[in-house]
Amino acid sequence: MNEAELTKCHELARKVRIHCLKMVHKGKSGHIGSMLSMADILPVLYTQILNVDPKNVKKNDRDRFILSKGHGGAALLATLAELGFFPLEWLDEYYCDNGKLSGHISHHIPGVEFSTGSLGHGLPVACGMAMAAKQAGKKHRVFCLCSDGDLNEGSTWEAIMLAAQHHWDNLVMLVDYNRLQALGKSRDIIDLESLKQKLEIFGWAAREVDGHDQKAVYESLRDLPLCDCKPSAVIFRTVKGKGVSFMENDYRWHYGGLTDELLAQALKEVEEAK
Amino acid sequence: MRKAFNKELLSIAKRDPRVFMILADIGYGEIEEFAETFPDRFINCGVAEQNMTGVACGVAMEGNIAVTYSIANFPTLRCLEQIRNDVCYHDANVKIVIIGGGMAYGELGISHHSTEDIAIMRALPNMVVLAPCDKAETVALTDAMMAYNGPVYFRCGYKGEPDLHNGPIEAKIGGSAQLRDGKAATVFLAGTVGVNAKKAVEELAAEGIDCRLVSLYSIKPIDKAAIVRAAKETKAIVTLEEHNICGGVGSAVAEVLMDEGVGDVPFKRLAMPDVNATKVGCQAWMREQYGLGVNDVKNAVKSLLK
Repeated sequence: MNEAELTKCHELARKVRIHCLKMVHKGKSGHIGSMLSMADILPVLYTQILNVDPKNVKKNDRDRFILSKGHGGAALLATLAELGFFPLEWLDEYYCDNGKLSGHISHHIPGVEFSTGSLGHGLPVACGMAMAAKQAGKKHRVFCLCSDGDLNEGSTWEAIMLAAQHHWDNLVMLVDYNRLQALGKSRDIIDLESLKQKLEIFGWAAREVDGHDQKAVYESLRDLPLCDCKPSAVIFRTVKGKGVSFMENDYRWHYGGLTDELLAQALKEVEEAK
Repeated sequence: MRKAFNKELLSIAKRDPRVFMILADIGYGEIEEFAETFPDRFINCGVAEQNMTGVACGVAMEGNIAVTYSIANFPTLRCLEQIRNDVCYHDANVKIVIIGGGMAYGELGISHHSTEDIAIMRALPNMVVLAPCDKAETVALTDAMMAYNGPVYFRCGYKGEPDLHNGPIEAKIGGSAQLRDGKAATVFLAGTVGVNAKKAVEELAAEGIDCRLVSLYSIKPIDKAAIVRAAKETKAIVTLEEHNICGGVGSAVAEVLMDEGVGDVPFKRLAMPDVNATKVGCQAWMREQYGLGVNDVKNAVKSLLK
């Protein structure tokens, strides 16, 4: 990734944050903290890593990407819209009566591979896609972005064990590891530490990266799999609510709603961070 | 019946390279030939039904036909949300097959009874619900299920069930099979408990009460025309199923009768009462204990015809 591409990623992340803030405010919805924490990862993924084509969204050899933390779906929708998968105007129809876009992502939207919303669903389905790709001798990869909450779910760990058992090195789990969940700090609810070591003991190749350093995000995903014959896990250390000072690292912004005043303040901060 | 299912599935898998079998460590003595013949289309997910269903959905999303296979309520209730959100919402080509519907594993206790499955599965959008009553229906419905593109729940029997049909039949999703005609009353059966319906109808005939006997092997979609005909052409309707009284085949028939404006026909549902089956015994004994015996059917018919 050259400097120009990095600048584009920065700019896309900024736009994604602005879209998310406006969508959540207009829809009077929640989960803004979860959206902002992955807002730097998605632009790198979609412009530098994934083999996807907004003009041919179902092409056979596309990389599959499942957002398992479907509650943060507005960030993915904003990314897809900015990249031309569907018209930007659709973002105005988020979380409203007769709207095109639901609060949790739906595969009825171009570019969304799989619908999620309840946690613990993404990785098992990604495993199935990885198995099918291996069986058919196909070379595309299957990515699944999980959250802390996803890693509370038993079904996610069932999938973690199965993927290692079968050496699905075409499978990549990404973790938006902001260490906050709906009711507080992950370490006070279900402590996942040390997640990297846990995954390694479970047979995965794992690495930890600053999920807001887009160059580091790119470099962590540039050469996959991390290890031949093992599924790869990239744990992005992130900040819930990243980019808006009053939201950062405050679990109340898992659900919190935005008043007009708070929206103005948040937009000012994001725009000035240019 | 499980042997008939596995044999037919294997035969289909030999012709169709899209067929995968996704297990959760159940199937001893039945699935080995599939596993050995198609090792790259077979996976045992371990004792993990949620993951089994998610994996099956992922496999199906890639253009394949994924069959999950387990016993009783294991591949339905434990992983219901995966069936609803993943399989049904995505209209994925996943077939959920259970061995031992109803109280086939009667002695094992309630954890191994599948007695709410029909109500729950038929409430899911996009889901087809099938319940063969014998080997002939098992084979025909396996073919119909695998030819159909979308989610199907297949409630198979266990082993040693008697034949209700005289030989191979053709069956289709949304169809039914008339086993006997008569004008006195219609007895609708679903699943292997149908053996008691057949015996009851035969005994009633010997007493001069000629009943129509119909297998509603496709519970969703259901054969509305056959139900309406029964209401118009016979004097009463009895349904028999090995399932909780809430929401099963009897409920489905009642819905059709009311919706189609023929609800004035005398009608009785024979199903398990809405209780946990705490008695211990084999399937045939349990059926008697919970009101699904031959005499229960005969008495229901006679009572309605009084």
